[in-house]
Amino acid sequence: MTKLEAPEKSFAGEGMYREHILDHYQHPRNFGEWKTCSVQHTELNPVCGDQLSFQLNVDEKGKVMDVHFNGQGCAISIASASLLSDEIKGKTMVQIQKLDKNGIQALLGITLGPARLKCAMLSLDIVKNACLIYQKYGKGGK
Amino acid sequence: MTHVQQNSFSSIQKEFPILSRKIGKHSLVYLDNAATTQKPLTVLKAMDAYYRLHNANVHRGIYRLAEEATLAYELAHQKTADFIHAQSMREIIFTRGTTDSLNMLARMLSSSVEKGDEIVVSQIEHHSNLIPWQQLANAQKAALKFIPLDKKSGMLDLSRIDKIITSKTKIVSIPHVSNVLGTIVPIKEIARRAHKVGAVVSVDAAQSVPHMPVNVRSLECDFFSFSGHKMYGPTGIGVLWGKESLLNHLEPVSFGGEMVREVYYDRATWNDLPWKFEAGTPPIAEGVGLSAAIDFLQKQGMEKVRAHEKELVKYAYDKLFALKNISIYGPEPKFRSGVITFNATPVHPHDLASLLNEKGIAIRAGHHCAMPLATLLNISASARASFGIYNTQQEVDLLVESIKKAQSIFSGGKRAVV
Repeated sequence: MTKLEAPEKSFAGEGMYREHILDHYQHPRNFGEWKTCSVQHTELNPVCGDQLSFQLNVDEKGKVMDVHFNGQGCAISIASASLLSDEIKGKTMVQIQKLDKNGIQALLGITLGPARLKCAMLSLDIVKNACLIYQKYGKGGK
Repeated sequence: MTHVQQNSFSSIQKEFPILSRKIGKHSLVYLDNAATTQKPLTVLKAMDAYYRLHNANVHRGIYRLAEEATLAYELAHQKTADFIHAQSMREIIFTRGTTDSLNMLARMLSSSVEKGDEIVVSQIEHHSNLIPWQQLANAQKAALKFIPLDKKSGMLDLSRIDKIITSKTKIVSIPHVSNVLGTIVPIKEIARRAHKVGAVVSVDAAQSVPHMPVNVRSLECDFFSFSGHKMYGPTGIGVLWGKESLLNHLEPVSFGGEMVREVYYDRATWNDLPWKFEAGTPPIAEGVGLSAAIDFLQKQGMEKVRAHEKELVKYAYDKLFALKNISIYGPEPKFRSGVITFNATPVHPHDLASLLNEKGIAIRAGHHCAMPLATLLNISASARASFGIYNTQQEVDLLVESIKKAQSIFSGGKRAVV
């Protein structure tokens, strides 16, 4: 018979809300909003109502110099956004497109089940799409 | 304080194999019964026996198995009719579930709605009792109107019902019990107003049939939809009940085998009720499972089921209400079924669901398939605990303790645990 039981890890155990995740949730880094930036992008996770906005400042070579984000969400989505915002500083848009779910889970330091992975991936989806918009339309976004 | 368990179903958990499952090292505490219920052994055994001993297609073969399968499938219609006090089994159409019932009904009624007519629903609808009517209204250029929610009481505001249900109203479709707020809707009162203007009344009963005695005739509605899997039966089967006098005049919306009497290359005539609305091979094993679920519920007695859940929801409501930083949505316990939707600040409902999962407790987090209602309540997400026949006060205690712990984790652990 096919084994359907999820691995114990996705039950997350006591590990899911480790101190650094709670810290990034309660004191998110790079949290705020600029009046102007190179590109800004917002996305919503309609299933849970979480909504995040990312603002990037990009230099001529396509390197992310600085980042701000704001919005609302669960601990996993806010902590992921906060960790990601630090991670992408100094990275080029090409490098950012290479980030994936393994990278996000490595930043969080936990493995997530499919439902919570959606929370964790919201910020990376937004940042990647923001980069694509910048590459297509240049400064100011669409 | 020791609380004496008044549960008349104290040994019923044993009848549900899944309830002995462990989640990690914890016993499963299943509090997502508004989404789907667990299945008693009698339902599993009935379906297993059907496939092992009787499986055949219905209404065709003249061999022994086909006769047995047909009998079992027709008996499922009869039991369902008796369970909701329908006039006869001709009024019982098996569908895939409540959503399918409501979609089918909207298509069956589509030709009765014309430009400028009105369809009335409420502000507390599940998406499945909103979108079929919204799409029908859009297609026919009819208006979709809403019976408002009184946010303060958590009940529907019927004070202006005469302005909402008017001579232009053709269809009124309302929930019997809200899947978010637990609100029990006064169907009869709304139905009487609707019938005064000649409208037909459809009831989304997905959340009521498993939890309280139901009599479609005393509710004075015309159509009534519910699901097998929310009443301890299998997935893949639901019911659309309609008054025979109305069903006789409605055209089928799904065509093929089973539903026909005579077929020619250029035309066809329809089978008798209810078969003219059941095209194709129906959910036979699921019908057998639904029969067993009805037997199970009738053995318990629906009055007792309601009494148990009423007591449990009151107990849970009072305990949750006593927590700090809690918002509970919907009416006070006496006006609600076994559903409690809430937010436990500062814990996001998704985080709460994850933390409760670590204790083996299954609750729902999200918008509960009622996005417009969430917007109306001005919440992006909420947590929902919904109760069934097998839930106990001890499980509620565990839920409340675990919510407190989650709140303390998210308050930096500094907040004293009450």
